[in-house]
Amino acid sequence: MIIGGGPAGALAAKTAAEKGLSTCLVEKRPAIGAPVRCAEGIGKEGLAEFIQPDPRWISADMSGATIVAPDGFEMSLASSLAGSKVGYILDRKVFDRALVWQASEAGADIFVKTRAAAPIMSDGRVKGAQLEYCGNVSKVNAEVVIAADGVESKFGKWCGIDTTVPVREIMSSVQYVMTDIDIDPGATVFYLGNEVAPEGYLWVFPKGKRAANVGIGISGKKSGKGHRAKDYLDRFVKQKFPHGKTIECIVGGVSVCRPLDCTVADGLILAGDAARVVDPLTGGGIYNAMYTGKLAAEVAADCIAKGDVSKKALMVYDKTWRASKMGKAIERNYLIKEYLIKQSDEKLNTIIHSVSKIDLKEFTTLSLVKELLRANPKLLVELGALAAQLR
Amino acid sequence: MLKVHRDICGYCGCCVSVCPEGALELIDAYLSVEENCTGCGICAKVCPLGALEVVHEK
Repeated sequence: MIIGGGPAGALAAKTAAEKGLSTCLVEKRPAIGAPVRCAEGIGKEGLAEFIQPDPRWISADMSGATIVAPDGFEMSLASSLAGSKVGYILDRKVFDRALVWQASEAGADIFVKTRAAAPIMSDGRVKGAQLEYCGNVSKVNAEVVIAADGVESKFGKWCGIDTTVPVREIMSSVQYVMTDIDIDPGATVFYLGNEVAPEGYLWVFPKGKRAANVGIGISGKKSGKGHRAKDYLDRFVKQKFPHGKTIECIVGGVSVCRPLDCTVADGLILAGDAARVVDPLTGGGIYNAMYTGKLAAEVAADCIAKGDVSKKALMVYDKTWRASKMGKAIERNYLIKEYLIKQSDEKLNTIIHSVSKIDLKEFTTLSLVKELLRANPKLLVELGALAAQLR
Repeated sequence: MLKVHRDICGYCGCCVSVCPEGALELIDAYLSVEENCTGCGICAKVCPLGALEVVHEK
């Protein structure tokens, strides 16, 4: 049984069904893919691991990125990368549907407007879930439950896993889908600074020639009456896109903490945002959700075949993702994030100005930081543990 | 106690993720508050729209 019809749940359901398991996916909302609650950016290579790009759910092709320092200085990462498309801005409403569609075609049963209201527990083991659909309550047994229930995940908590996100590590977020605005349609733009987006960033992700996701995430610690994410975004929009039109308003929370200490229990696996595997630096979670969703189903299928779905057996999942490229990237980016959020605007300016002088050959966080350290050896001392890890 | 301004709430679940008591749950577009809410106000702080308010009873 899979709880949640986002990218993690959809990949889990598709994989489980392909492995020949009797699979059901439950989604509490009446529609897959809405509300969106996402800036919709994903790397091209990562996406291709799971699904062939389809123009029906690609809003825009990205060839570069621009980072705007607190002092307004713009660093473009586009020129040195000319010709290679680095990522896409998706149309999640269509994308999520396509993923769930694939899962259903693979043989999974899909139940929308159906909520997992409680786990079925026996001897401390998860044995299924109590499902509610339009007033009907039914108990459904399952050998393994994969909880892919997103940032507002409850299932893990009900089963004894503490999924609480520390206040300082929740990004309180608001995004407007805006039209009729002047933008570079081929580049994502990130605005940094404590005045613009304290301990977070503000983004403009193109969705077309004159349309974009314009959003912001600020640390929960910095949020409060009169200075919430919406206040910061409104101020920016008023100044930058005064004549733009907002055709959609999206709110959300993005966890930028370390992943859960343990993402499995007896009969239970947590995947995607529910496992807190969002990239802590970028806040990106689509790839990580698809990766952990697929892996969760693979491990579940193996364990079911062997007749052992204990926490110990399911730990293969936890160990595999931690050792993966994704797991390592999360840890590294967590350290980078922790460093960056402590910097003053003046320091951020210095960092961005010095990075701009570097000729970047590839667009990855690792190469960026390595080059930054090479150009600015003074930072090496300050970065301490982070620098040691990256060498 | 916690007051949910339902006309403001964007039902995003940001508050649910930070609740130390597990007292909040997002049921589709409806934020439910359980009795074990202590009124600590963490959720009200992080809410992107300001839809939550801790009301002290007299």
